[in-house]
Amino acid sequence: MAGELPKTDGAVDTAGGDAHPAADQPLLRIEGVAKTFGTFRAVDGVSLDIKAGEFFALLGPSGCGKTTLLRMLAGFEAPDEGRILLGGKDIAQALPHERPINMMFQNYALFPHLSVRDNIAFGLKRTGMARVEIATRVAEMVALVKLEGLEKRKPDQLSGGQRQRVALARALARRPQLLLLDEPLAALDKKLRESTQGELMELQRRLGMTFIIVTHDQEEAMTMASRIGVMNAGKLAQVATPRELYEAPRSRWIAEFVGDINLFDGESKLRDGHRLVIGTRDAGALVVAEPREPVGAGKFSVAIRPEKIKLSRRGPVSEAGHETAINRLEGVVADICYLGGTTTYKVKLDSGGMVQASVANSARLDVDAYSLNQHVVAWFTPDDCVVLPS
Amino acid sequence: MSARRIFARPARFAAIAPYVWMVLFFLVPFGFVLKISLSQTAIAQPPYEPVFDLTAGWTAIRVAFAALSLDNFRLLASDDLYVYAYVRSLTVAITATTLLLLIGYPIAYGMARLPRRWQAVAMVLVIVPFWTSFLIRIYAWINILQHDGLLNQILLALHLVSQPVVWLSTDSAMYLGIVYSYLPFMILPLYATLAKMEPVLEEAASDLGAPPWQVFWLITFPLSLPGVGAGVLLCFIPIVGEFVIPDLLAGSNSLMIGQTLWLEFFTNKDWPVASAAAIVLLVVLLLPLLLYERLQRRQLEER
Repeated sequence: MAGELPKTDGAVDTAGGDAHPAADQPLLRIEGVAKTFGTFRAVDGVSLDIKAGEFFALLGPSGCGKTTLLRMLAGFEAPDEGRILLGGKDIAQALPHERPINMMFQNYALFPHLSVRDNIAFGLKRTGMARVEIATRVAEMVALVKLEGLEKRKPDQLSGGQRQRVALARALARRPQLLLLDEPLAALDKKLRESTQGELMELQRRLGMTFIIVTHDQEEAMTMASRIGVMNAGKLAQVATPRELYEAPRSRWIAEFVGDINLFDGESKLRDGHRLVIGTRDAGALVVAEPREPVGAGKFSVAIRPEKIKLSRRGPVSEAGHETAINRLEGVVADICYLGGTTTYKVKLDSGGMVQASVANSARLDVDAYSLNQHVVAWFTPDDCVVLPS
Repeated sequence: MSARRIFARPARFAAIAPYVWMVLFFLVPFGFVLKISLSQTAIAQPPYEPVFDLTAGWTAIRVAFAALSLDNFRLLASDDLYVYAYVRSLTVAITATTLLLLIGYPIAYGMARLPRRWQAVAMVLVIVPFWTSFLIRIYAWINILQHDGLLNQILLALHLVSQPVVWLSTDSAMYLGIVYSYLPFMILPLYATLAKMEPVLEEAASDLGAPPWQVFWLITFPLSLPGVGAGVLLCFIPIVGEFVIPDLLAGSNSLMIGQTLWLEFFTNKDWPVASAAAIVLLVVLLLPLLLYERLQRRQLEER
């Protein structure tokens, strides 16, 4: 998105009190926040710090409480417990119009009786900003989201993508300290969604603003966010960078929720240096790397991402117990799913279990491809495995 | 193509039905009334002349036509009694409609914000009074408002007044009756538009810094204008011509046009003047309708 946007601005920022908290202080601190509807605990003791300039994603299945948490940040719901500190000030009970936070709504919530220009100017007019200044700022925002020439249109005369831009411009116009985005791209088709993701990231980086996005689309969260908070049943299950979340999920639930995964349940058998041997029912004894936090004896699941599993006609040689030990599973190809960039093979193991391997189609000709019922060896290194408590 | 076939004959008949209805039950009677309004009163049966007699031959009909005149309309314009009755009708209708809007809007708004299942209950509560005859309900008000009626008994018991207050045969009683009777007609269209409106629009406005009263004036109210228009028309038009409520509850010193019309027709047996009064009333009422129609069309064209 092209356009000029001066960073300094007094008119709106002053409304929010201290705009620049101390460097070590998070912009937003959520402390033990809980919200109950009737007997349903929608948000159950969530604590979270968000630094200024972050692009944070709240990810979770529908009903996990992510939207309720966002609505508490916007002020549409008051938390039953806990504090919400913005720049050190508790805003948990402040009304929506008193917060220096703006929100981009899921279905945009554009005012149908107002033109594009008046929609964008709505928030500015509430600040008592001078008319000329408002006009300048609106023009700025219109240029920022590339809506020039459409200022006089009403929302129902716009396409879905244009409406999305108006909503974004309207939410950004007041230069909020914090921008909340509730499933901002859910109503767009796939192509437009992908290009808009890029534009949103670029915009966030350029404005240096703090964004919190709520989404159920993990790819969207992974692509855009610098940090992701995964929510499940009202609780934050894990807060991590996209890479950490994918490669080092903290629980079985997260491993299954984020991306595809092969899981083998078993018990730890013996320890050998920083290698651990786990006896599994479907895959036999698997050599895995000792997790960062050492585990004792007990029941575990070994998790391996499909793209970490290599397939070959004959497996590599390996010595059990050795540093270079490699896990080998033998079976036949049971299902092939060609996805363009990759092909997913489902291999039925001799033990009866299934393992899914995702292979990059690095060559145009299918000389390396496997066919149905072909005998293959699926193999992976100990470092490719994640050990999760069962 | 196929769409056209689906809406073949039966659909076309359905489209004609309202026009047939209009011609049979509005235009034809209107023609009679218009004709009578151009006639002169006579002590005869029917009590006016000329009478068109299609069997009397062409000349007789031409003579009858020549006898038609605008005298009754001139009389209406020249006699203060009628002018005053029109002005009074409009004043009462405007005041009552304003009261209805002020009372009906908060009720409709409250209903629209109730949880779904309670909305149905509220709806029934609004409609329930219709199960009793309108006339009976007005008589009940007479009972409540009369000298030793329920209202005065309560006021005396609470020591709010020391003497019974005169309620009946006052304008207050009339407005009370009108507001009571017409409230559902104001609430229902308002409720329909407000219930359709997405509450998220109000949230968006408050998120953008609008305090509650601005949210209402800048978002809720403008978006509910179609409902306001419908409710105002549904109340205003029948109130202008209202006869029963002012006749039973208001004093007899100032009459609304409906009452004047009734007097002319039944007491004075002056059908032509009564008809002329009815025609003028119709024209007066058409004006706000046309205005509303114009506004609505402009809104549609803007889209």
